Parts: sequence; C-alpha cells; structure tokens
Amino acid sequence: MGKTIAEKIFSNHANKDVKAGDIIIAKLDALMGQDGTSPLAIKVFEELGGTRVINPEKVLLVMDHSVPPPNEGVANLHKLMREFAEKYGTQITEFGEGVCHQVFMERGLATPGSLVIGADSHTCTYGALNCFSTGVGSSELAAAMYTGKLWFKVPSTVKININGKLPKGVVSKDIILYLVGYFKADGLTYKAIEFDGETIRDLSIDGRATITNMVVEMGAKAGIMPFDEKTKEFFKNIGIVINNGIEADKDAEYESIYNFDISNLEPQVALPHTVDNVYPISQIEKIKIHEAFIGTCTNGRLEDLRYAAQILKGKKVNKNVKLIITPASKRIYMQALKEGLIETFLNAGAVVTNPGCGPCVGTHQGVPADGENVISTANRNFKGRMGNNKALIHLASPLTVAASAIKGEITDPREFLD
Amino acid sequence: MMVFRGFALKYGDNIDTDVIIPARYLNTTDPKELSEHCMEDLDLDFKNKVKEKNILVVGENFGCGSSREHAPIAIKASGVQCIIAKSFARIFYRNAINIGLPILEVPEAVDKINEGDEIEVDFDNGIVKNISTGEIFKTFPFPPLIQEIIKKGGLINFAKERIKGGK
Repeated sequence: MGKTIAEKIFSNHANKDVKAGDIIIAKLDALMGQDGTSPLAIKVFEELGGTRVINPEKVLLVMDHSVPPPNEGVANLHKLMREFAEKYGTQITEFGEGVCHQVFMERGLATPGSLVIGADSHTCTYGALNCFSTGVGSSELAAAMYTGKLWFKVPSTVKININGKLPKGVVSKDIILYLVGYFKADGLTYKAIEFDGETIRDLSIDGRATITNMVVEMGAKAGIMPFDEKTKEFFKNIGIVINNGIEADKDAEYESIYNFDISNLEPQVALPHTVDNVYPISQIEKIKIHEAFIGTCTNGRLEDLRYAAQILKGKKVNKNVKLIITPASKRIYMQALKEGLIETFLNAGAVVTNPGCGPCVGTHQGVPADGENVISTANRNFKGRMGNNKALIHLASPLTVAASAIKGEITDPREFLD
Repeated sequence: MMVFRGFALKYGDNIDTDVIIPARYLNTTDPKELSEHCMEDLDLDFKNKVKEKNILVVGENFGCGSSREHAPIAIKASGVQCIIAKSFARIFYRNAINIGLPILEVPEAVDKINEGDEIEVDFDNGIVKNISTGEIFKTFPFPPLIQEIIKKGGLINFAKERIKGGK
C-alpha cells in the first residue's frame, strides 16, 4: 500500500516505514517559538537542566505578539528571549521583523519534505511549502530544543481536492472559511489534510498559506500543499535552490477524499464568536462595523495588501470606521512601500502599523470598544480575542474587509470590482 | 491511586484557549497570576465558583485555538482537580498531560451530569461516578506511561526523575 505525504515525511524522519496510527519518535528539522510561548519554553528548558540546544541555527525565536512591548512584563520576556538566543546560539528575529510564521518562511526554515514544530497553533501555515508543520505547547518546544526530537502519532490523511475557477471577488480566504464552515471547528481533529486540484494549483504561495494557516480551525494537525513551480520560485526568491518536493503515492490510503467545486462560491464571512459560524455574504443581514483590520499570519502578505489596495485606491474609509493595516513582515512592508500600496492605505485614511500580531491577539494596537463590530482578515473571532470580550469579531477576506471599511457595513467586495 | 471527588462546574462546547486565558495576560509565566484571569472573558465568576466546584465538566473540542500552555496551567492553578469533556482539542490535550492536569473524555457522562452534582473520578480505571444520581460511566483509562506523567505533575518532573534515575 502506498503512502500519503504525511506518512512519507514521518518515515523519513523516524528512519523506518511508518503508517497512520503508528506512535513514533521523529527527528525535527526546525523549531519556532514566539513571545507568548517561548518564555515558558525557556523556563521549562532550564528546569530540565538543559545546557545546549540541538541545532540552534534551526531554532527561531520571534518577538511578534506584542512588539514593540506595550508593558514592562512583555519587555522583560523579550529580554529573556534575547539572552537565551545569545547564550545558546539560536536565531532570533530583528525587532519588528514580522509575524512568526511569515518570518519563518522568509528565512527558509520550512523546506519541502521537512518536519517542523512551533509553539504556536498556526505553525501549520508552512504546509503551503510542502512540509509537515504543526503547533505544540511550550514544554514540548523545550523538550525538542533539548533532544532535537519529539513523539508523534502519525495522523491519517484526508484529501481535499478543490476545482473550478475562482469567481470575481472570491479569494483563497473565502475557500478556507467555506471549508471551516463545512467541516466545523473539530471536524478534522488530529488529521493531516492534503490539498490538491486545479484551484489550488492556480493559487500563489501567499494564497495557499492562507488556507494551510487555518486548517487548525478545523482541528487538523497539518495541511499540506503540493510541490510545484510556484514552490520552487518561492525558494528561488529567498536564495535557496530546491528542485524536489514530496508527492503522495498513487495508491496512498486516505481516510476520506472530498471534492469541492468552487465555481459558484461567494465571498464568505464568519460571524461571532466561532470560526465555523460561516455564511455566504448574500445571506448576511446589514451589519454596521466600527473597526476593520487587514493583516495577520492569515492575510498580511503582499497579495493580500494588493487586494486591499485594489479596493481602497482613490477611496476614503467610512468616517465611523477605524481601519488598521498590518503587513505580516518587514520584507512585505518594504515591497508594499515600493509598490505604492502604503501610500494608498494612508490616503484612504488607514492606520498602518509595524509588522506584528497585536490587533489579532488583543495585546495592543487595535483593541475594539464595548459593543463594537469588527471585521478582520484574521483566523479567529473568539470572544475577547482582540482584547475586549464585549466586541464582536467577523472574519472575511482582505477584499471584503476593505470594501466594508469604505461602506461602514459588511459589504460584498464585488460592488467595488469591475 | 488517583481518585478525585468534588462538585461539577459545567461549560459548553468549543471553549477556546483565548477565553481560558486571554493573550493580553501572557506577560507572565507565573501560574498564580495566570489563574487570576482564568476564564474571565467567559465567566467573571469562575474564580469564586471553582472554590466550591472544582471538577470541570465540558462539551466538545475543549481548549481549541491557540497552543498556549498557559491555558491548562491557569486552569490547574485555579484549583481545578480534573476535566471531564466530550472531547479535547489536539494541542490542549497534549499540553494538559505535559503539565500534569488530569483530563478524561467521557461524552455520555457530560450529558448526564448537572452543574453542582457531586462527582467521583477514578482516573486509574477510567470510571466517573455521579454520586448525586448514582450513575456510573466508564471509559478507557490512559496507558500507564501517560498516567505516570500526570501523577508526577507533568513532563518536567517525570523527565527529571528519569534523568536522575539514569533511565
């Protein structure tokens, strides 16, 4: 019987033939921790009596959830991370370099076929680059730094084929919101997902990363995209030559196979307070909004900013709306500057913040007021997520968020597209 | 033997780690400080309720969302003895074991236990007894290794003892 991509990657990292359901110890290629989770991992590492980090050059610590630090507690945690990186020789981000998942990909740490863990649930994002990556807790990150390994239960794989030409105004965010609504918040718990199909093949790496980023919102352990010319091109642009990825065997055994045709998909919106509370935009009643946010590890990439600018160019944000735009990394920010996107945003009346996670996780830079409706490109709309449990968060694509910011109510972006 | 006895405190499905411990409080790793804000976005009265009712009985997908280990840490430091759920989210499940918070999936028990019922949980044998109604629910207990990690208070203590013992 053939193997799925996940079974192949785990076989390569356990040095034996493994199949779904096996419990194995696997060697890890790269590790990530952010400023919400690394401090606890550092504490555990020291309690364990750690004296060296295995392959420290493949460990990246990122200051992104609260950067620059909004209070002394966080400032001290950043200091702890810097001292740890210095002492053990791990990588650490520049100040304000960006959101962990984007920076991890830009630094070339997640390569096709590799096995990656990160102390952040959205570590599954790197599957866009044909690797197996998954989120873990701080103790496990500490144990992985200590030993270079971790135990896994090899997940069974669900294959999702997506076909059809994306209609106007519909982008990869709408696909993944639709899927989360379909499978529900725990519908694919513990599964690996292999994505394929003509729609997926047509998506850019940015578009694919939006989808893999949110597989955890269905409970999945990982989402893996095919390797192709676009993957090669991504690595070429960051100075790495990679010619081969991992493909599933023709006779691989899937737990189930789903086929979706998205030719008639509408823009999708997740209503408060769960990500799987998803509706096509035509079915949503008029909802006035007070805050709009474009950014995050889901939708803060260049393609997303270009979508937002396409809608916002020459327009003004509604006077009742606070529009916040946060590029996912400094690299993206600088390219957006060159392309004139940032000027478009500022002219429209947006606030453009430094790269980071702030508004999405409610640490700073965009906390909504009591009773306010927010529309955001983020991946979660849980109660209190943005720092106020009396606000209501709606999730949508960058096109939909930008259109809504102009109109002051949740708006179908197709109104603004010729 | 690990047996817990206490009163049930009930919550619903999809309780996420953002309401268990909001990210704005991750400016510390101190369990006591974290417990001060545990569940506050969901139930401001949690801190008081948990003094009387310290066995959490919850629905599906408990602990979904962020990978923050602070979530089970905050719950444990709040005085919760153990959690009975219909199901747990994947990362929370591992994190709870790794920090030594006893958890058990017993869907049928969740439906039949009411808030305030007196509960006895026999963790070693996977038995939940509703003392108030006399009903008994059974599930598969954890394998001995996982029970051992939880009994030692988590992965760190477990690993430290192993390192000391030369295993």
